[in-house]
This record gives sequence, structure tokens and C-alpha cells, in this order.
Amino acid sequence: MLTVPYITNYLTEHFADDAFGTIEGYERYGGYAGYRQALDTPAEDLIELVKASGLQGRGGAGFSTGMKWSFMPRETDQPKFLVCNADESEPGSFKDRILMERGPHQVIEGILIAALATGSDKTFLYVRGEYAHPADRMEQAVREARERGYLGPNALGKRRSHEIVVTRGAGAYICGEETGLLESLEGKKGQPRKKPPFPAQYGAFGMPTTVNNVETFSHVPHILKHGAEWFRGFGTEKSPGTTIFGVSGQVRRPGLYELPLGTRLDEIVFEHAGGPAEGRKVKGVIPGGMSMPVLPASLLDVPMANEFLRERKTMLGTGGIMVMDDTTCMVRASCVISYFFRDESCGQCTQCREGTGWMHKILERIERGAGEREDLDVLLDVAAKMEGQTICAFADAAAWPIQGMLRHFREEFEEHVRQQKCPFPASFEL
Amino acid sequence: MISDETRSRIDAEIGRYPTPRGALLPALHWVQEEHGHVSRESAAELAEIFGLRAAEIMEVVSFYNMFFDEPQPRHHVYVCTNLPCSLRGARTLLRQLEAHLGVHVGEATPDGRLALGHEECLGACAYAPMMRVDHRYHEDLDFEKAKRILDELD
Repeated sequence: MLTVPYITNYLTEHFADDAFGTIEGYERYGGYAGYRQALDTPAEDLIELVKASGLQGRGGAGFSTGMKWSFMPRETDQPKFLVCNADESEPGSFKDRILMERGPHQVIEGILIAALATGSDKTFLYVRGEYAHPADRMEQAVREARERGYLGPNALGKRRSHEIVVTRGAGAYICGEETGLLESLEGKKGQPRKKPPFPAQYGAFGMPTTVNNVETFSHVPHILKHGAEWFRGFGTEKSPGTTIFGVSGQVRRPGLYELPLGTRLDEIVFEHAGGPAEGRKVKGVIPGGMSMPVLPASLLDVPMANEFLRERKTMLGTGGIMVMDDTTCMVRASCVISYFFRDESCGQCTQCREGTGWMHKILERIERGAGEREDLDVLLDVAAKMEGQTICAFADAAAWPIQGMLRHFREEFEEHVRQQKCPFPASFEL
Repeated sequence: MISDETRSRIDAEIGRYPTPRGALLPALHWVQEEHGHVSRESAAELAEIFGLRAAEIMEVVSFYNMFFDEPQPRHHVYVCTNLPCSLRGARTLLRQLEAHLGVHVGEATPDGRLALGHEECLGACAYAPMMRVDHRYHEDLDFEKAKRILDELD
């Protein structure tokens, strides 16, 4: 975190101190106090507290965390599991990595509170395979927590054990989709499952399971310590709390900015991240990881919270903000985006497997100067036939950004077709 | 042959999951660490351990980018070329590395020292351009810096 510009709030407050990553340091900063409090709190009250806080999942979908926890069956003879989704792979997102590297015990404390609330026996923390260092940090922290008795036979009170198993993926974006992750965790290809049944009924290894993102867990100890009202003091009425916005692309200060939800996008891009380089203008901004539709420069005066972003036909996603300046060719950017989805489609559903390939092929043709006028409508037609037609949301995630590009920058696509070449020779190399 | 050490590591890992197969991905990582790739022989051994067919092991191997079913060069170099990195010159860097190494993306140097590849987002977007060399990230690169790192590899 410290090699890039950043702004801190409660999640990242002590990240500059290496000691915060150790158990002694974390305890010195008041760590595990929320867990101790949770030990003496009935499970139902914990769920109610998190519901009252309004915490929404920070992995992209933004679903109420307290609600999710409440779906776990209370009375059951089956073991119950938690999964910490640390398969951060959404292009433009790099916050979970920092949360694991700099605050691993904050993640563990959040997991323990969730385990108490849901009565879970074990947590599988699934880290993307490329994150070797964050996974090492989490394993080290789990060992420390076990030595201190936070994990192990009495983790959830007398004779109620809890263990965290850190498990590593092997390079597949789709394993960030929660049921793709569950398949991968079971040692299979990471192809998403049809829902229902939802993970709370049939999750990891067929047992009731709750899947939460790394950042979501990291917020929980703070809610325990300071209360739901305090948490609601950050952010908007419908989207409380802070989040870590990762800003990348063509700005002066790409970095990590922990700010209240509802902070305006133009404030983040121009004030915190310093705006574009000297003499350049911002052309477009992807506000929430690559799956989310782009916004043109004229629509950046929007609070970064789903209730406002939806009005502009985009979403918060993972809070990964990508900035493109006026040198950037939006057709070229679309090629890069569509290549990614073509490469990462798990191949299970025809609409997605074929659609992502065709979208990329057509976009490349337009960029090369061989596009035809009808291509634009074909693109939109393919996108419409992918959206909402598949087992998981991957096909939507592939369709939305291209729909967004055509919504706001259609004239650039038309110009490519008219000139039969790319009119932006100064754009980044493809 | 999977070594006794790796075998006992796998056996211990199996105990951490409700069904043995949960330990398959970790097992594949360790077998690959030991042998550089997952050979047909290793797949057959793993199939025995997990009570699966060798084809089921290879199905998993082929699904994930990080597993290989053929012998690999000593080092893997991946330059991230996803959008945030591309916006900050990753593809220019990749072209320069191609020229420096005399190979195209997707190829290995003839001496089997390293393979040059590109990869999708590695979660280092504010540190672009970047590359992954084996299991290490190298960030905030320019050509000179990247070249030095690659030239120092054994």
C-alpha cells in the first residue's frame, strides 16, 4: 500500500505500521476486542447488529451481509461453513490484496464474528493462485491466531472449535463467482452452479455455506466495536460505511483511497487521484471494475453508491476506478475488455462461450479498419442475447461494458468504420 | 514419482477437507513445484491417491492457467496486459521485452531459460506496468528495470 498514494479511514488506519500485520501489533491497536464482545452476544443479536449497520457485500454484488448471514439454517445436523472469497480478479481491483497483506488479523477477526453469528464450524479462505504473498501472509496470521487460541478447539467459546483453511486457486477468473469458487474448492473445474439451491442450503461440499468477500469481513470487527449507528455515520443512507477505491489508469496518482461510499466520482478522480496528466483531459471512467459500464466525462458528478450509479446505468462493483484520458481509443479499450472475457469464459453456457468470442472478433475487426456499419448493431444484438441468459453473471459482466461503450462513445466506433482505420494513432499500443 | 515428502503433505491436506478431493488443487500445486509440470505419470499417481480417474485429474489441470501438463522452461514471465496496465504502457513494455529476448509472446527462449507471456489482471493496477516472474510480482516497471530483472534470472 505504501508505495502508492493512499487515503485511510477505519479499515486502513494502521496499515502504514508493519506491526499491525502481526498479532501483537493488532492486539495493541485494540484488535480482537470485537471478537471478544461477540463471544458474549447471542448469534441472533449479531445478525441483527450487522443488518442494522446496513453493511453490503464488497465483492461486487452489494447484497446485505446481515441478510446473507440470516439465510444460514439455525437447527441442522450438518456442518456449516464460511468461505472467504479472496479470489480478487476483477480487472481494476486490488484492495483485497492490501487488506490481506497489511491487515490479515482484521480479516480473521471478521471471520470469527461471522462464524459466531452463523454457527459455522470451519472457514475456507480461497485466495487466487497468483496472490502468493497475500496467501503466505494469511497463513502466517492463521498460525498466530491459532497459537493465541483465537482459532482451534475453543475458538467460538468452550469446546466450540473453528478453523481457517487457506486454500489457493490456480488462475481462473470465474472462481471469483461464488459457486465457481465452491466447485474449485471441491477440487473441480471452477464452473458455476445453477441457483437455487443457494450456498446457504447447498454450498461447499454440499453443506450450508456463507460466502463473503475479504473486505466485507474486514468491516465487521469495527461494527462490533463501535456499533451500527457509528457505521451508518459513514456513507449514504442506503450504502453505509467506507470502501477502498482502487484508482488506476491515466491519472497522476493511481492509488488506494478509503473513502465513505457516496463520495463523488469526480472528487476521487480529480482531487484525490490528481486528474489526468498535464494537457490531457479525462474521456471516460469505468467506476467499479471492468465489468461495469463506463461513464463519459460529462457524467462523473455522481456519488459512488449503487442507488446513484444505477441511475446512470452502471454500478459500484468492486470500486475499481479506471480512468481513460483523451488519447485513448475506446474501440481499442473495448478490444482489451472483450479479449479478457473471451479468455476467461468457463465455456459452460453457449451464449457466453460463443458470445464473448464473437464480440471480441467483431471489435478487433472494427479496430483494424475492416468493420462494417452493421457490426455495431450485431454487437448490441450479441450482448442482448448474452445478458441474463446464462448460469452465472459472467455473461452479463461481458455484455455490460461493451453496451456502455456503445451507449456513450458510439461515434468513435462509427468513425472507425467510416475511415476504415483507427482515428487515434496516439492511443496506447494494442 | 511423487516424493514421500509431498505424498505425506498431500495426505495431511486431505484431512482438512470434508471430502478428499478438496485437497486436489493444493496437491497439484505441490506436484508441480516438485516436477515442474503435471505429467501423465503424476496424474496416474494422483488418481490413485484421490480415487479418481487420470482423465479427471487432467481435466482439472487443463482448466486452470497455472497448471501445466508439459515440461516448462525454468522461469515464467508474465506481463499484465489488462486495461489498467495497457493504459500505462504495458503492451509497449511487452514489445520491448520481445525484442530484447528475441522471442514472441507465448514462446520460450531456445535455451529453456524463460518463457515470455502476457496475463490478465494480477491485482496490481496502481503499480502498472507490472510483471509476474514465477511467484513474484515486480511493479512500477519501465523497460530498463524489467530488462535488469530478467537478465539476472539464472
